[in-house]
Amino acid sequence: MPKYAARAAVMRAGPHVRHCRSPNACDRTGARQGPGGAEERVSTTLLSIRGLTKAYPGVTANDDVSFDVAKGEVHALLGENGAGKSTLVKMIYGLVKPDSGAMTLDGAPFVPTEPRAARASGAAMVFQHFSLFDAMTVAENIALGMEDPPRLRDLATRIREVSDQYGLPLDPARRVGDLSAGERQRVEIVRCLLQDPRLLIMDEPTSVLTPQEVRILFATLSKLAADGVSILYISHKLEEIRALCNRATILRQGRKVASCLPADTTAREMAEMMVGGSFKTPARARRATGEIALEISDLSLPPASAFGTALKHVALTVRQGEILGIGGVAGNGQDELLAALSGEMRSRADAIRLFGQPIGRLGPEARRRRRLLSAPEQRLGHAAAPDMSLTENAFLTAKDREGLARRGFIGWRAARGFAEKIISTFDVRTPGPDTAARALSGGNLQKFVIGREMLQRPEVLVVNQPTWGVDAAAAASIRQALLDLTASGAAVVCISQDLDELMEISDRFAVLNEGRLSKARTTGDLSVEDIGLMMGGAHGMEVAHAPA
Amino acid sequence: MDLSSIDPVVLMASVIVASTPILLAALGELVVERAGVLNLGVEGMMITGAICGFAIAVNTGSPLLGFAAAAAGGAALSLLFALLTQFALANQVASGLALTLFGLGLSALLGQGYVGVKPPPTAALDFGPLTDLPVLGRVLFSHDLMVYVALGLVAAVWGFLRFSRAGLILRAVGESHDAAHALGYKVVRVRVLAIVFGGACAGLGGAYISLARVPQWTEGMTAGAGWIALALVVFASWKAGRVLLGAWLFGGVSVLQLNLQAAGAQFPVASLGWITLAACAAYLGYVLWQRQEISGRTRVILGVTAFAGAAFSYWRQGVYVPFQVEYLSMSPYLITIVVLVIMSFDKSRAPGSLGRIFHASQ
Repeated sequence: MPKYAARAAVMRAGPHVRHCRSPNACDRTGARQGPGGAEERVSTTLLSIRGLTKAYPGVTANDDVSFDVAKGEVHALLGENGAGKSTLVKMIYGLVKPDSGAMTLDGAPFVPTEPRAARASGAAMVFQHFSLFDAMTVAENIALGMEDPPRLRDLATRIREVSDQYGLPLDPARRVGDLSAGERQRVEIVRCLLQDPRLLIMDEPTSVLTPQEVRILFATLSKLAADGVSILYISHKLEEIRALCNRATILRQGRKVASCLPADTTAREMAEMMVGGSFKTPARARRATGEIALEISDLSLPPASAFGTALKHVALTVRQGEILGIGGVAGNGQDELLAALSGEMRSRADAIRLFGQPIGRLGPEARRRRRLLSAPEQRLGHAAAPDMSLTENAFLTAKDREGLARRGFIGWRAARGFAEKIISTFDVRTPGPDTAARALSGGNLQKFVIGREMLQRPEVLVVNQPTWGVDAAAAASIRQALLDLTASGAAVVCISQDLDELMEISDRFAVLNEGRLSKARTTGDLSVEDIGLMMGGAHGMEVAHAPA
Repeated sequence: MDLSSIDPVVLMASVIVASTPILLAALGELVVERAGVLNLGVEGMMITGAICGFAIAVNTGSPLLGFAAAAAGGAALSLLFALLTQFALANQVASGLALTLFGLGLSALLGQGYVGVKPPPTAALDFGPLTDLPVLGRVLFSHDLMVYVALGLVAAVWGFLRFSRAGLILRAVGESHDAAHALGYKVVRVRVLAIVFGGACAGLGGAYISLARVPQWTEGMTAGAGWIALALVVFASWKAGRVLLGAWLFGGVSVLQLNLQAAGAQFPVASLGWITLAACAAYLGYVLWQRQEISGRTRVILGVTAFAGAAFSYWRQGVYVPFQVEYLSMSPYLITIVVLVIMSFDKSRAPGSLGRIFHASQ
């Protein structure tokens, strides 16, 4: 059984380093060998893209992108956040109109002006942020994604047929709001399959799945490819692409920079093609762990929102100099746990102890003063006030710890200085501290909100999804900063859905599942299989389908 | 006190008439909100419909043309709202409030020459022998066309939202406009159509007040009916059937309190105690039905309250005080809200995108 750590360390040496040793070499190889080389091997091309270009004010999302997708092929589209993958597939799906360039589908010109036209031609798409309606049933959701849906009763029968055929169990009458992330994705896939697509576009499908669910998804996709459906698979998870895809096209800053055969290319090489250079992996120093910094015992809380999850008897301890990683699929109590730790939700006084002191009844301000800081997942609206400047946002959480307010008045100079310090220390790309938080890109704002808490020298730091939507290089630097923080003796609780991240930085690992926290285990001893089981296996897959 | 002057059959017949205006307006607003738009301008559209309908009916002598004009007037005003919120992306709450103020002012201006004028009578439909049925004939088969249009609209809206594909798309747009857009549905077009439908319904409701229920024109004559219709939609949990119940309840209490005022009714003080006792029993029943646990403290409070209620009733048996007219006048609003708040304790919630501004670029 492979150790998870081995997979997480993406930097495995490849078996045949055939294409290239440096990213530049790869560019050339890709350009020369690109579609031409591949076409000879594949006799029939389904989708052919030539010179697609799309510019938005100030940014060129796609610049002269060309590639081919063969029939029955699983084709990966790789790239960092902001590399233009989403814009490209939106053009194929008719949501965005290209400025120039042409597409052909099965030899015929393909100019989808709207998603209906694309669906009518046989292109279907599974979205990254699910395009589902929570308050409606599975059958209604599926009917909405079809051109000419049968009556609901007949549709329910067909849903059952298709879901049996591909091993995707679904109950047509259930409300989508009550389904797990994996089940929701099944709804989207079945919706696509009911239209007999020739091309299935999948936008980061595995980011919300447990390892077992990923395996089921891959089995379904392989079966579809065997049936002759072409799959355009967008992801930045390289090991997945190596396991699943026949060919890969790599985008960087809107341009196609390379193409490769994932099976013959190492993950490291692909990562470097994506980034356009090599980047450092966070280095972890072995360290002794100190006294218990934060302790939660038997914490139960009601859900924070209508679709939230109640916390049930959560218990954990974090020591000084240690990172506790908390994994689990979103919506299993992560938001509630963060709120309980930050002080947004109060609990029994002795349910949460900071260095032995009960703090369960204290609010966020009081906890900040005691050096328990936190950074929630949602950047805009929770971690930062969208329409306020970075200076004001810096002031909002740091006013006590950094002494930015005097007798109720704002020390603007000090606040601005603190904001500038965050911007320079964490390499936040912005015109200056007077920029509104809303104007920053997701990754830059993330660096800002994480940096803001770290620079306040916390004793305990709680972060939720610290690198969500941040590009690989910036994610690596945030992780490094978290590791450095623990090296100076702070305790960190890192809630994340990125298992690779948790395996990389955390000392111990626990999983939130339906509001219950598993026992924390030492990270080094865990296998993928263990983690999957800790995460509750595959949701709703009792009638499980043989793994691929 | 003489309650014998209140004839229950006449009362029920007039309840149906009294509830028609808010029923029409609330149904329109229900569709608008199901499409994810919060239009607070119902009152303004109602009063605009009231004067448009009144003026055309007086000038042409045809109440039917009047109603058509009322629908057109309400729809035209709602188009202004659609323009502001769907194309100029203005805030829906502010635009709706402005629409109400604008409608009230506009109707006062248009209505200057119509104060004291009598509109052509809106005739009851002829159901032949059905009208002569005892009780039912008077309650159900003695009304004008718009009453049946309103009732038919309840069924139509219910069926449209539940069974038709267009209704499914409308609900989808209201539930998540981003997802609907991603699937290729025309969010703005659906919403504009819904807003226009809502405006037309509000206009009809307003004209029913000025042409059939009152019938005459006075400034500000809708007197908050539009706001009641708005509240009705929320408390009816965005369900057409419950809107009908709520409208009847409101109409019923309005008519009843007028009758009570006319009859010089007096208030039995002991009933306060009985109401307290009944509330305790209802709460206990609900808890038992839901199989929840009750803490010891809650039990004591419940027991003491129930006992106090019973004791109060016994103590004040046979004591009557005259109703204050003010309390009677506020009772329809109060009772409708209380009942609907209780009804809305189920799982249903507002459409997910309600009141949010949609722009395709995001």
